[in-house]
Amino acid sequence: MSVPFYVSPEQVMKDKADFARKGIARGRAVVVVACADGIVFASENASRALHKISEVYDRVAFAAVGKYNEFENLRVAGVRYADLRGYSYDRSDVTARGLANAYAQTLGTIFTTESKPYEVELVVAEVGATADQDQVYRLTYDGSVADEHGYVAMGGSAEQITAHLAERWQPGMDLPAALRLAVRALGSDAAAAAAGSGPRAIATDQLEVAVLERARTRRTFRRLGAPALADLLGTGGTDAGTGSGTEPGAGESTGAPDGGTAVPGPDTPPEPPA
Amino acid sequence: MSQDPSGRLPAAFLVPGSSSFTDFVRDHAPEVLPGARRLPAAGTGALTGGPGAGQPPHATTIVAIVSADGVVVAGDRRATAGNVIAQRDIEKVFPADDHSCVGIAGTAGLAIEMVRLFQVELEHFEKLEGALMSFEGKANRLSAMIRGNLGLAMQGLAVVPVFAGYDLAEGRGRIVSYDVTGGRYEEVDHHAVGSGSVFARGALKKLFRPGMSGDEAVRVAVEALWDAADDDSATGGPDLLRRIWPVVAQVTADGFRRLGEDELAEVVQDVVAGRTGNPGGNPLAGTTRTSAQQGGATA
Repeated sequence: MSVPFYVSPEQVMKDKADFARKGIARGRAVVVVACADGIVFASENASRALHKISEVYDRVAFAAVGKYNEFENLRVAGVRYADLRGYSYDRSDVTARGLANAYAQTLGTIFTTESKPYEVELVVAEVGATADQDQVYRLTYDGSVADEHGYVAMGGSAEQITAHLAERWQPGMDLPAALRLAVRALGSDAAAAAAGSGPRAIATDQLEVAVLERARTRRTFRRLGAPALADLLGTGGTDAGTGSGTEPGAGESTGAPDGGTAVPGPDTPPEPPA
Repeated sequence: MSQDPSGRLPAAFLVPGSSSFTDFVRDHAPEVLPGARRLPAAGTGALTGGPGAGQPPHATTIVAIVSADGVVVAGDRRATAGNVIAQRDIEKVFPADDHSCVGIAGTAGLAIEMVRLFQVELEHFEKLEGALMSFEGKANRLSAMIRGNLGLAMQGLAVVPVFAGYDLAEGRGRIVSYDVTGGRYEEVDHHAVGSGSVFARGALKKLFRPGMSGDEAVRVAVEALWDAADDDSATGGPDLLRRIWPVVAQVTADGFRRLGEDELAEVVQDVVAGRTGNPGGNPLAGTTRTSAQQGGATA
């Protein structure tokens, strides 16, 4: 007859958190940068169909890293929440704060009650009428919410990317500048740091980029395709040839949902410390 | 709408499934849907009092025309309740999404609610699927909504919209008309719905030319609305005193565009000038009436 082992709650939570963090750090990063013209979302994502960045409502957008099926589930729930709220009340009654709260409660419940926590990290952002009315909320796997200002990086190499952003981000940047910063930040991951040759170049067709444009009316979310990106970045669609040998997760660029099935290889970026 | 007291997203939100907002709401919060309400068996006849004998406002004439680069949809601004003008500046042409629009005729309250739901339905699909709904798909969704209103339509609260837009797949403007049972019919060239539609259609038949430019189509739409207003008491003509013009929308490959006030004022004033002394608008005839004849109808 087997007697269940006693495991302390601290240990259970720590194990779950470690598990979730590992899953999140395995995928590619998403960067969110606020600027004078709106809020820029950028991610390295070879897939045209499996988005990490999505429109939620008129002025609200969603970005996520981690397991695709889990954050897709949350994204759909968020769109349903927003559309139902906007339909039963008014379009102006849908706010990022309300959605972030609902996500936080949901993730918190899943983290404590389910045996496997969601391996996701989210950003819910709302573009305001002016830059100081922008709201950017970052939600982690356990339901904690952080109110961020200016920029957020999450996913693989989040530490290095955040460091890059912290050094260079400044308020009042215009859209092309914010976009260039976001793409350079994505390129300054752990592998680039290890190679010591500066940010690696990322081809425009490997980028998923969207903007919540402050000046637009009603639906402000706009995806930027490769041609528009090349224009804004002032490049002719550079090739990501440099340092491809040392690129982390080179094996996961198959268009599979990031982190979902990838096995952590020897080149997995170092996991951020707890 | 029901809210989970814990503040977390209700379980139904996290269930994978339909990309249809209506289907989702029908399962989760049916009370917010228009079709969930039942009328007393006696119907609207039971309502009494108020101007217009308690009748709900009715929206009237909409015309839609295919032009070379898309479609033009225009609606007059009058809503009537029985013999009373309920509203002088009601809007009856709405964008459904970036590349389509809906013009409504029938019970205004129900029609506007239907359009609001239809707009959310299209946007919801677009966000969940990450792709635009096909033109046929949109037309079918609207058809299902009209069918959902059949019970009320049988009690006299019918909604008969016209759906028009630019079909991105086929690269042309298209018009779809409906009946109260949700039957949908694709119209070639032009269509009109509402109480003044008989007169508007007559005008459209004479004025429509295949391959008209957008501007020409706008002019024809305003002419047709004039003819409807001329003979139908429930259709409002351009109100020169209050400067209330019809709502005119153009949908092309570039998207939905509602014509601005000034742009429209020019067209309307031009039409009015053309009809002065020539109310039938016949380009070959000046006025034939003499002052002696203007005594009104005689027995």
